[in-house]
Amino acid sequence: MIEIRWHGRGGQGAVTSIEMLALAAIEEGKYAQGFPSFGPERRGAPVAAFNRIDDNRIRARSAIYTPDVVVVLDASLVGLVNVLEGLKPDGTLVVNTVKSPDEIKKELNFKGTVATVDASHIARKELGVPITNTTMLGAVAKAIKVINLKSLEGPLKERFGRLAQRNINALKRAYKELKISEAA
Amino acid sequence: MAKRVGMEVGIAAAEAVGMCNIDMAAVYPITPQSHIAEHLSEIVADGRIDAEFVLVESEHSSISCISGASGTGARVYTATSSQGLLYMHEILPIVSAMRLPVVMANANRAISGPINIWNDHSDIMPQRDAGWIVFFADNGQEVVDMTIQSFKIAEHKDVMLPVCLNMDGFQLTHTVELIEFPDQKKVDKFLPPRKPFATLHPDNPVSMGTLGMPEIYAEARKAQDMALINSKQYILQIWDEWEKMFGRRYNPVETYRADDAEILMLTMGSMGETAEIAVDQLREKGMSVGLVKLRLWRPFPFEELKAAVKNAKLLIVTDRAVSFGGSGGPVYIEVKAGLYHEKVRPLIYNYIIGLGGRDVPVPSFVEIFEEAAQAAEKGVVKDYEYYGVRG
Amino acid sequence: MKKKKWPETWRTINPGCMVLDAGNARTYLTGSWKAERPEWDDSKCIKCGICYIFCPEGCVTENEDGLFRADLDYCKGCGICAHECWPGAINMVEEG
Repeated sequence: MIEIRWHGRGGQGAVTSIEMLALAAIEEGKYAQGFPSFGPERRGAPVAAFNRIDDNRIRARSAIYTPDVVVVLDASLVGLVNVLEGLKPDGTLVVNTVKSPDEIKKELNFKGTVATVDASHIARKELGVPITNTTMLGAVAKAIKVINLKSLEGPLKERFGRLAQRNINALKRAYKELKISEAA
Repeated sequence: MAKRVGMEVGIAAAEAVGMCNIDMAAVYPITPQSHIAEHLSEIVADGRIDAEFVLVESEHSSISCISGASGTGARVYTATSSQGLLYMHEILPIVSAMRLPVVMANANRAISGPINIWNDHSDIMPQRDAGWIVFFADNGQEVVDMTIQSFKIAEHKDVMLPVCLNMDGFQLTHTVELIEFPDQKKVDKFLPPRKPFATLHPDNPVSMGTLGMPEIYAEARKAQDMALINSKQYILQIWDEWEKMFGRRYNPVETYRADDAEILMLTMGSMGETAEIAVDQLREKGMSVGLVKLRLWRPFPFEELKAAVKNAKLLIVTDRAVSFGGSGGPVYIEVKAGLYHEKVRPLIYNYIIGLGGRDVPVPSFVEIFEEAAQAAEKGVVKDYEYYGVRG
Repeated sequence: MKKKKWPETWRTINPGCMVLDAGNARTYLTGSWKAERPEWDDSKCIKCGICYIFCPEGCVTENEDGLFRADLDYCKGCGICAHECWPGAINMVEEG
């Protein structure tokens, strides 16, 4: 089972990200769970959201304390929130940032795998807004290889209708442009 | 065709109601049930089902509204949580006494005070004696299945009682997970239109909700109690039918690796699934442990409980609500009383866990098992205690 | 007055205590409760219908001449009709 924690800001679609990822995994015949950090949050406040993906039925319903993967949708959260909290030492950190994976590794003193992409830039170009939730799905698909990129298309089409294609384009660009620095 | 989808459980609950050909719903929104209210109103507004969605000003009104409609023969539904359920409190016993087959979803949430919107069972416990059939769903699939089953159970001619289906707020309602939606045609076959015992209609008038003098009240109350007790056999029949049609088995008491277990833990609600993982871990370490999961809360399944625990030396009852100043959590009190007359019964401990959304992960369940086992070794006899509360 | 019949056991009560014989309150002749009864002086009656509207029992009815009388089988003698009658056409008279 793989456990993922997403960091975002309220109103920026982190909940959509976890939902799309869960639906993509389910499309592939896997079991998946997606849930936000429960509670009322105002726009802009740092929020967390979570996924569990497994080939077998998922029974855990508690919070995720030691994720295998942490995804950061907004670079400004890196200094603000301890994004590394609980992340397994050999886990993967995926960050929306202009910085390179090695820069992030050094900044956070993290020995696991780091992947970065300038998702804000891609989102602005492909979607016209710096909302990175769908773009980062492409980054996640490449970084952890737990689902196929193609599996995201169905759920996105159903959710976004005629805006789906632009989101899929953003997703594919992030997949292509992602830079990965493996664990030491 | 059955449809295998990923869906937020609250949305799925509304979708399940949409498959049941309801005539009317009145749902007042309250976190964490609000997605059910919103989505059901969307389904009705989109014309996907032919039903009346009434906007009411409170939960007291929503239950009153649908109960009146139920009296006219309508199939009705509502959903609520926490303070909303408490606001319905004075009406709930009346719905049962009037034998109206109302179906209600309760998204379990802590009651105030202090104000807390997160998951525990303190909202449903004060409604224990209202005379409703009460179930707990442990995951999204059960929420969907049991929503559909609830209408059939409530409307059964020998049951005619309201049903409350509990689903953990946030833990279930706001989690996206894998759910298989049954085929609509099969659901239609399983759940035909309602055939009411009597209806409020000018052409054939009857009176419902009348006065009961001291000369008749006690007989009326016993009749209601017997109806609830007798409903269990029909619940079991309907669960048999469900298994035949849809392939999924439901029991009043579910067990996990419990047959030969010396130590059993009892849970109710979605935490049971997390506890299963603790059972597996402890079994690997050689501990003889198992899990008993209560699905049917009222009418309380005494026979099934006795059968499940008869070989155990220790039974750890977990409660997610407090009965202030009493002898323990509500589930513990019920279980202890139910087993009192048994010649052979386990030592029973009670842990109050997960209040107000306090997370109970696998290590906590492991710790409870181990601590309880050690205490039992020493022959400690104790009533309830709070787990994980500072101070 | 017809004697009310209670169902004998909890088994024979209608579910939900529903009363399936609608309108059976008419078998309960509450007229036996009254100590006074209303009497109309038709010469003073202006046929406004206020006594009919105010009767809490609903036992005051209009006859074909447009005049009013209480059904003494049900009239409990509360005196509200007499109290409300503005021309003073109704008098409460002691039951003998």
